Amino acid sequence: MSIAPERPRTAADPGVGVGGAAARPDGPAKVRGEFEFSSDLHVPGMLHGATVRSPHPHARIRGIDTSRALAIRGVLTVVTADDVAGTNRFGLERRDQPVLADGLVRYVGEPVAVVAATSPATARRAAEAVVVDFEVLDAITDAETATAPGTAELHPGGNLVRHLRLRHGDPVPDDPGLVRVSGEYHVGMQDQAFLGPESCLAEPTAGGGIHLRCSTQWLHIDRDQLAAALGLPPEQLHLTLAGVGGAFGGREDLSVQAHAALLALRTGRPVAMSYPRRESFVGHVHRHPARMRYTHTATRDGRLLAVEADILLDGGAYASTSPAVVGNAGCFAAGPYAVPSVHVDARVVYTNNPPCGAMRGFGAIQVCFAYESQMDELARVLGMDPVELRLRNAVTTGSTIATGQTVDGPAPVAELLERVAARPPAPPRTDGAPTVRGVGYGLSIKNICKSAGVDDYGTARVRLFLRPDGRPAVQVQTAASEVGQGLVTVQQQIVRTELGVADVGFLPTDTTVGDAGTASASRQTWMSGGAVQQACHRVRDELLTRAATRTGHPRDDLRLQDGAVHTPTGAIPLAELIDDAVDETAVFRHRTTSPLDEEGQGDAHVAYAFAAHRVTVDVDAELGTVEVVEVACAQDVGKAINPLGVAGQMHGGIVQGLGLAIMEEIQVRDGRILNPGFTDYLIPTAADVGAHHLDILEHLRPDSPYGLTGVGEPPMLSVPAAVAAAVRRATGAAIHRVPIRPQDLTATADVPG
Amino acid sequence: MDQHYFRPTSLSDALALRSERPSATVVAGGTDVMVAVNEGRRRLDEVIDLGDVAELGGWDLDGDRVRVGATLPLTRVTDELAAHLPALAAAARLVGSPPIRHRATLGGNIATASPAGDTLLPMLAGDSSIEVASVRGIREVRSDEFFLGPGRTVLAPDELITAVRATTARGEAFAKTGTRRAMVISVAAAAVRIDPERRHLGVALGSVAPTPRRARTAEAFGARELDWSARTAPDEGWWAELGRRAASDTAPIDDLRGTADHRRRVTAVLVARCARQAWSRTC
Amino acid sequence: MLRFTVNGTEVALHDVPPGESLLTALRERCGLRGTKNACEQGECGSCLVALDGRTACSCLVPAHQVHGHEVTTIEGLSPDNGELDTVQQAFLDCGAVQCGFCTPGLVVAVHDLLAHHPDPTTEQTREALAGNLCRCTGYHGIFDAVALAAQRRKDVPR
Repeated sequence: MSIAPERPRTAADPGVGVGGAAARPDGPAKVRGEFEFSSDLHVPGMLHGATVRSPHPHARIRGIDTSRALAIRGVLTVVTADDVAGTNRFGLERRDQPVLADGLVRYVGEPVAVVAATSPATARRAAEAVVVDFEVLDAITDAETATAPGTAELHPGGNLVRHLRLRHGDPVPDDPGLVRVSGEYHVGMQDQAFLGPESCLAEPTAGGGIHLRCSTQWLHIDRDQLAAALGLPPEQLHLTLAGVGGAFGGREDLSVQAHAALLALRTGRPVAMSYPRRESFVGHVHRHPARMRYTHTATRDGRLLAVEADILLDGGAYASTSPAVVGNAGCFAAGPYAVPSVHVDARVVYTNNPPCGAMRGFGAIQVCFAYESQMDELARVLGMDPVELRLRNAVTTGSTIATGQTVDGPAPVAELLERVAARPPAPPRTDGAPTVRGVGYGLSIKNICKSAGVDDYGTARVRLFLRPDGRPAVQVQTAASEVGQGLVTVQQQIVRTELGVADVGFLPTDTTVGDAGTASASRQTWMSGGAVQQACHRVRDELLTRAATRTGHPRDDLRLQDGAVHTPTGAIPLAELIDDAVDETAVFRHRTTSPLDEEGQGDAHVAYAFAAHRVTVDVDAELGTVEVVEVACAQDVGKAINPLGVAGQMHGGIVQGLGLAIMEEIQVRDGRILNPGFTDYLIPTAADVGAHHLDILEHLRPDSPYGLTGVGEPPMLSVPAAVAAAVRRATGAAIHRVPIRPQDLTATADVPG
Repeated sequence: MDQHYFRPTSLSDALALRSERPSATVVAGGTDVMVAVNEGRRRLDEVIDLGDVAELGGWDLDGDRVRVGATLPLTRVTDELAAHLPALAAAARLVGSPPIRHRATLGGNIATASPAGDTLLPMLAGDSSIEVASVRGIREVRSDEFFLGPGRTVLAPDELITAVRATTARGEAFAKTGTRRAMVISVAAAAVRIDPERRHLGVALGSVAPTPRRARTAEAFGARELDWSARTAPDEGWWAELGRRAASDTAPIDDLRGTADHRRRVTAVLVARCARQAWSRTC
Repeated sequence: MLRFTVNGTEVALHDVPPGESLLTALRERCGLRGTKNACEQGECGSCLVALDGRTACSCLVPAHQVHGHEVTTIEGLSPDNGELDTVQQAFLDCGAVQCGFCTPGLVVAVHDLLAHHPDPTTEQTREALAGNLCRCTGYHGIFDAVALAAQRRKDVPR
């Protein structure tokens, strides 16, 4: 194991390989404003699309009158469900969501029709001119009652999307010698709030298909869903990644893609679409709000014996990734602790609320707030230090988690916590503000890569060729989404390390190369990075074969190093071996997993990642405001392929966690979002983030490229729990929900109203 | 210049235009108007842009009287007026973000007449008046009589806001609270001015009623109880009582930014803190 | 007609509606798409430009308001030869860029900050950048970039 420096300050020179702080290849264009995001795409003669959306959470469509819209000068077409040539359904896990509503709308903002016009303003005006005759139906807006007998069924088969029943170990009998703590916890609906709006450009192709340039986390699953909806063979759809302005889970589901493609097919012209911020809030899924009831049982000396949890997630109107999200909530309901008896019922239901799906943390973050709150409460009841209680129960390599799976990779949970706990305390305030300080801790566990038997893989093509001036260079091609996380940087680094060629560029990220899987589950460096590594190995093998043929040396006596093939009789520069380009494609798979059985048991996960936080806050209890003073985060990343990138993921994850802890919540009333904009959906600013101290641990994994572990999600997971613990410590307030609102802290304060 | 967008360069031209076009939208910094335009809540068919009217963009001091031009950007209010009107400078500094404050103006804040208009509170607490002009002449309106409701003022269709007229003071303070530490609309805000020379105690409250308002009960209590001649500092309990009286002057609502109960509670706190700070600045 | 100077070049635009923002005019009429549209409420700073030398949210400036004035966009801050200026280079060196959507606005904001505070304190930096939302970086890389750019400007006076 090695410890990376706390925070690399500056990027090393270009040419650096795995482990170095390489600079982003797309960085110069981004800082110069020249990087083309999907909302910047434009071609001559393009049209602009706009969406007609439901104002009702639940209604039957009796008719759609497009005549007024079509009469507006500059409007070319209005498309409704009747014009969807294929199967009018999409969805990541279940195809239950119409591309355009057919007969029924199930949430406020559901697309009903799309319009193409010669300018964005005309398209928006035309969308407003489409008259939809709705018969308003009773809406189900409370997840608690969604599955009650007699409740209307929003989808065939009822409103229960998935119930994960997990039974691990034997129940613990009642014993007065044991300590039990119970609590109910709530997590609000969070938005990914990526800054780049949903946007794309669809262009008809000569063969009757579509070339779609878009922001997405997964080109191939977009393509497959589009093919089904448009009634086209997948080969007719060419998808290219456009510049992505952040994702965080919110670009897993389709948004503008099918609508723009429909309009382009209908008009035979290029069609651009881009959502204004307000529309973006209904244009993508959100983090599931959660209600969680917990009971923890422990011995008086603080050994956990049992965790019981009843978890309810509001999935909203369509399934999206709800089945997998609730799977995570159930599997990680007990946290990174060794607990002999775990009993979980985790359900996700359909309602007429906004659809929920993927967001960084994906089911694991909701339960983390609950189980860590329980751990703090247990420590309080036991009179034990909360750090000590956690250390006493932390999983280690060889421990079994609630699914019965053995943690076989590095699990330095105790070490991570000890590291943040051992840091010197944050410096005291000097400005005399009337605040109280509190310190809280959080630990988390999360699966890395896809789970439960999914055949998940990455594909990469690596092409080694000679530039006209005779220098060797590499082009990498994958369909993996660069969403800001720095995947392109690590791909370059891997090539440099494997082939010793500094000049590494990229071919378009598109569907002409094989599937890369999704930029989520903290998996792309592992999966697409692994595919690039394997493709490099194939290139190397071909080079060695060529050198062996040329020199007559056995291949085993040759090696590739520093941009040359070394033979017993001297080195051959690469340039002499690649008058014909070497072009290799590889598919990388992680080890297989299996689905959970009916008891929620099974080896469902590829790997686990862990992080610990210590959060220091100053609370102005009279005003109910929380100032984050400092966040210390220790995270095991296996191998930091790019320490600068790892630090960026950690800072960014911490801040999204702070947002969920103290300010970010989509407020929904009667199915309607009350705050669809950055005026009232608040995300942390530069003034809200406090000081950060990062501790990057590198416990190499035995089963991943270079020993790495995914890094994107863990730095966020236990931030809300640690903030809540710190606020409790500072104020004594009982905190059972995040975000913590000022009114939650002042409601009990002794200030007469 | 397009015929629907007017950029007068003198006040007299601006007033003449306003008189001819009472339905035109008046724009100074644009930071409120354009939010509504971009959201489709407002259309701009005709605009009178005051940005190039130099007479409105400065401030001057005459003895203890300050006249602040309506289009002075908030950045300059903060940078240049802190010594004369500390609460106004402080309130201006807490509006939006730096780029907003580079453009936003006092006159715009007044015309928008938001119950959460931070810069309005120091005006109310300090008995400032608002100078308005039309081709008919100039008049001054007491700031606490200017606002009628959210977005509604006593401004006549042919009038423009030209300045804020204030008396300088050291003993004043402003505070606001919201869910975020920067760039946040006030959930509650308060300004307090204490002027021992004039035996004036002004308390103004934001985001707790349909308009920014004076806390009359608190002011009466304070004026009665403060020891103006001996200048003995009241104790903590007294400041808290002043805050409680101010809370009773509120008429808050529950909305997505906070509950009425929370607004009442924090109003008491903000007023007590501002009053204590204002008092300490008088000494 | 609307005439103004953008990045040192005089432009003349015709038939601009009174309600059109400077942001729209820059992106759609001038082809300057480095200035980004992320909220149109003045809340995110992605559309920052310098207007007569101070930052402004171009989404909240009526285009006509800049008649006779000077606008500098991210394109105008970028050296013509394709190189990077001190602020831009510091952003790259410190990992201040991830998705990059907020980056042009932040570069504009940091230029304004350093012009007024050549050696900003932590508090000045955070206050100055509070109007620029970034969802990826957690801001710390950006704080480092500000400090590094300030240092390099001192080392090599401009």
